[in-house]
Amino acid sequence: MLFMKFKFLEHTADIKFQAFGKSLEEVFVNAALALKEIMTRGIKVKSRINKKFEISGKNNERLLYNFLEEFLYLSDAEDFLLSKIKDIKIKNNKLIAEVIGDDAESYKFSNNVKAITYSEMFVKKEKDKYTIQVVVDV
Amino acid sequence: MKLKKISENEWEIPKEGKMLVPGKIFASEKLMEKMKEDKTLEQVKNVATLPGILKYSIALMDAHQGYGFSIGGVAAFDLDKGIISPGGVGYDIDCSVRLLKTNLKAGDLNDKKKKEILHSLFRAVPSGVGRGGNVNITYKELDEVLKKGAKWAVEKGYGYKEDLKHLEENGNLNPCNPDDVSKRARQRGIGQLGTLGAGNHFLEIQKVEKIFDLETAKKLGLEKDQITIMIHCGSRGLGHQVASDYIKLMEDKYGWPEYDRELINAPIKSELGKKYFSAMNCAANFAFANKQIITHWVREQFKHYFKNVKIDVVYEVCHNIAKIEKHIIDGKEKEILVMRKGATRSFPNQPVLIPGSMGTASYVLIGTEKAMEVSFGSTAHGAGRVASRTSARKSVRGEDVKKQLNEKGIDVEAGSWKGLSEEAPQMYKDIDEVVRVSHEAGIGNLVAKLIPIAVMKG
Repeated sequence: MLFMKFKFLEHTADIKFQAFGKSLEEVFVNAALALKEIMTRGIKVKSRINKKFEISGKNNERLLYNFLEEFLYLSDAEDFLLSKIKDIKIKNNKLIAEVIGDDAESYKFSNNVKAITYSEMFVKKEKDKYTIQVVVDV
Repeated sequence: MKLKKISENEWEIPKEGKMLVPGKIFASEKLMEKMKEDKTLEQVKNVATLPGILKYSIALMDAHQGYGFSIGGVAAFDLDKGIISPGGVGYDIDCSVRLLKTNLKAGDLNDKKKKEILHSLFRAVPSGVGRGGNVNITYKELDEVLKKGAKWAVEKGYGYKEDLKHLEENGNLNPCNPDDVSKRARQRGIGQLGTLGAGNHFLEIQKVEKIFDLETAKKLGLEKDQITIMIHCGSRGLGHQVASDYIKLMEDKYGWPEYDRELINAPIKSELGKKYFSAMNCAANFAFANKQIITHWVREQFKHYFKNVKIDVVYEVCHNIAKIEKHIIDGKEKEILVMRKGATRSFPNQPVLIPGSMGTASYVLIGTEKAMEVSFGSTAHGAGRVASRTSARKSVRGEDVKKQLNEKGIDVEAGSWKGLSEEAPQMYKDIDEVVRVSHEAGIGNLVAKLIPIAVMKG
């Protein structure tokens, strides 16, 4: 069976998802892919533009919140849509990511994600498996 | 959980445990059944534990589970002992509704013309994707927007001075210091002025289907078969970022409240509490300016088709906001903080606008004295969701929603098919039931029913 990257869960007003990974890096990448799926509603985004950013957060949850929020910021402020995450390093509550995507101008879509929330959020490690849960405000 | 039925449309959650005040819910049996399905009632209880809360923690008839505070919730706080919480306002600060009236009748818009106008509106009002905005401003000008709200837009030639008289607080909330809005929030917002946004936001051409209160309708300039236009949008990325920024700042300074992380708050009197209030007002001013600009474009587009068209503002109400207002507490008039999240101010003789979901009726109500006594001058804000967006996408297709609406004589233009399916009318509570209860409970009385004839979604 293929390893599941993320799945969506029922939530009346907003969208809830869980992401999975064998490392903190992998689970963060999969959470970003779930967010991308919500933002672009599955539209394929080309890999044309590279971006690199650094995020910090006092714990894993804050780090996750800030990491995911960066994609809302990049979409609103720099018209950047994520295609994939090329590289990610997490150490001492700091995250450095290299991401690839495209200019939003080329796509006909509406980003309906308003915000990342703390609601029901967790970053859990059980044995060798990480699980993340996030609710985004749409 | 103990739940006491007080009257036909009123319920109480008696004070227990750490609750400082009881909970109060406005709902019919039918709407109460829906509320019991999610965490709405639990959230009413949690809010009742917050310091400085006055009288009762309220859920209105359209309430459903939100973050910390339910959506459709009202809570009031003592200015000295109370708190302010971004969760009590919502991420979409001042998500709000403006209603415009025209001197046109439904008969003036034949099918062809209606389609053409809708299409021109769709082109003139960007939903805000990519560099979608048509208003180019500098950061210095953005500061002016954040300070002046709709007045800034009028000064720049978007609409008329007269418009400002018909907006909640004349379209300008104070105090508002743009320095309290982060650089990131400004960067997210600067390109989005004059954009509608996606999700449940819409621009709708409607006709007045029914008048309930002839005298009030006449005062507001509304009559049967008249064409109206409704704009539903908020403070866009700027407001979302303000909420996010202050949630983090308040968490760092004051930690998490006991019951729910999303109840994060700060004392109203604290430095951080004051800064959030100011930043929130700035975001609301952005939302006011935003709708003022869109109003101008609506007028321009209609003028292409009807040279002598006259389009005036009926009113604009805030749906997600915290305000300092005067209310009677223990027999004395007092300034307090009222947080309305997915709720509308319903002061005596003030128009209340309750949008339906896409493709269903919207209502104009009028505020009442009774609302001042029982709900801090508030009533419902809309229909409220009953089903998730994921299940909506699984059960209906955007194309089918369009067909369904077309069969009802409603034209649709939308940015995305999937977005259309998520907002399908059947995914929302029954708006007719929501306004009926508002009227019967006397916290917002029915004036007019508006039905959509053409809808634009971002």
